[in-house]
Amino acid sequence: MSLNGKACIVGAYEHPTRLAENRSVLRLHADVAKGALADAGLAKDDIDGYFCAGDAPGLGTATVAEYLGLKLRHLDSTECGGSAPILHVAHAAEAIAAGRCNIALITLAGRPRAALAEAQARAAAAAADGRPAKAPLALKAPDPDAPELAFELPYGPATQNLYAMVAKRHMHEFGTTSEQLAWIKVAASQHAQHNPHALLRKPVTVEEVLASPLVSDPLRRLDCCVMSDGGGALIVTRPEIARELKRPQIVVRGTGEAQKHGMGGQVDLTYSAAAWSGPRAFAEAGITPADIQYASLYDSFTITVLMQLEDLGFCRKGEGGRFVADGNLISGQGRLPFNTDGGGLCSNHPANRGGVTKVIEAVRQLRGEAHPAVQVPGCAWALASGIGGALASRHTAATLILERL
Amino acid sequence: MRKIPAPQALPESLPFWQAADQGRLLLKKCNACGRVHHYPRDICPFCLAEDTAWVDATGTGSVYSFSTMGKGEDAYTLAFVTLAEGVTVMSNLVDCDPARVAIGAAVRVVFKPSHSGHAVPMFTPVEAQE
Ligand SMILES: [Zn+2]
Repeated sequence: MSLNGKACIVGAYEHPTRLAENRSVLRLHADVAKGALADAGLAKDDIDGYFCAGDAPGLGTATVAEYLGLKLRHLDSTECGGSAPILHVAHAAEAIAAGRCNIALITLAGRPRAALAEAQARAAAAAADGRPAKAPLALKAPDPDAPELAFELPYGPATQNLYAMVAKRHMHEFGTTSEQLAWIKVAASQHAQHNPHALLRKPVTVEEVLASPLVSDPLRRLDCCVMSDGGGALIVTRPEIARELKRPQIVVRGTGEAQKHGMGGQVDLTYSAAAWSGPRAFAEAGITPADIQYASLYDSFTITVLMQLEDLGFCRKGEGGRFVADGNLISGQGRLPFNTDGGGLCSNHPANRGGVTKVIEAVRQLRGEAHPAVQVPGCAWALASGIGGALASRHTAATLILERL
Repeated sequence: MRKIPAPQALPESLPFWQAADQGRLLLKKCNACGRVHHYPRDICPFCLAEDTAWVDATGTGSVYSFSTMGKGEDAYTLAFVTLAEGVTVMSNLVDCDPARVAIGAAVRVVFKPSHSGHAVPMFTPVEAQE
């Protein structure tokens, strides 16, 4: 079943906070849910479908539904990391098309930055008292039933060095340079200067990116996304209901999802799962990458953006470095404006996963509600793409193509 | 020095770790489709046959990609190494200056003790031995 035209996004809301002190994860989910309902002009009891992923506390859908007093007839807690909310839009469209719900709410929220600050304060207090200080960084204990971990954890994989290995291999195979990667941060920072909520608002130069400290060779600090709290929510409904609401109609045209993993040892770091999710979404939408006027690309690192540009077909494999150079991603200047809110690289990356903000900025662009300095004139077609997990190991990809009617 | 976390060995991969303690690198080979896979498991990820067997690897290969993270004593180098048997495995590059290693460099396996657990296979450039 094609999902083209089966659902519309009628509500979108991004939490303004970047540091959620004294605010629980569940409160953040509630904040963004309320914001998206207000944006859509809908009431809580209109919601009959709810979608969340691993960032939601407790029993996910059930825990959030209890906190908000929701009465649901469709639940989905598909967990696939940072790409989850993008894929949830497709799953919501599917559920709506199947008649399983009419108005679906999707939320993502978290407070890793505040939690880290609290853990560091506890460790400092413990050290001052002469008690042993626990290391505050581990987010989740390793699952003893995951057989692959024995063959990975002894070697110290972290998000940074896993993505760095992708960057290094890309440089080796295609001659991609650190200067080219830096252009991705430069473009994001050019956009972020217009976002009052962005964590990094000062435009940076290629030279400044290259002068920032090495995090994991060849990735530098300014190749990485920010760490932030916050979140966002979306409301998806059927076109008949969307037409009654007083919001621009943002129609789901194409969706694609895919996953990639170690493949029994047949490791190839030159492409991501977006190489599969992208063509599926474009086929469903019946358009090509040349038709896309604005792209929200998951930007945990600069290399993540480069890989998606190639895998989604905006340029040929290996030519991503040349594609991003000289400001080609900067709105008003380049051929493909991306992440006009500053993205994860400069604005926020709530819950260490940013998928929902990708859809929110795409919706803003299609509605003409992006900041005037970065708004793409007459934006009718936008794409949102997410990567969940880590590029060099198991990960998921979700691609969403939207049209403003 | 970074402490090497002990691998949490499941029963189906225990022979791999017992061999590592003896300085041997094992791989799993499927008797149905003939392909070697990694990480090792009871069921072949290529054809789902349960007829899989342990084979001794040569322990030689080449660097597929790598990245050094951390500073000074805490610095370590995560890597993917493509073994002569055709599988690419996650590991560390050790006993070398990673700044002088390039993708494609020939490496061979060495075994390092983990923190209160089984020995762990890692790799070192072949040249570094001369
Ligand atoms: Zn087989």
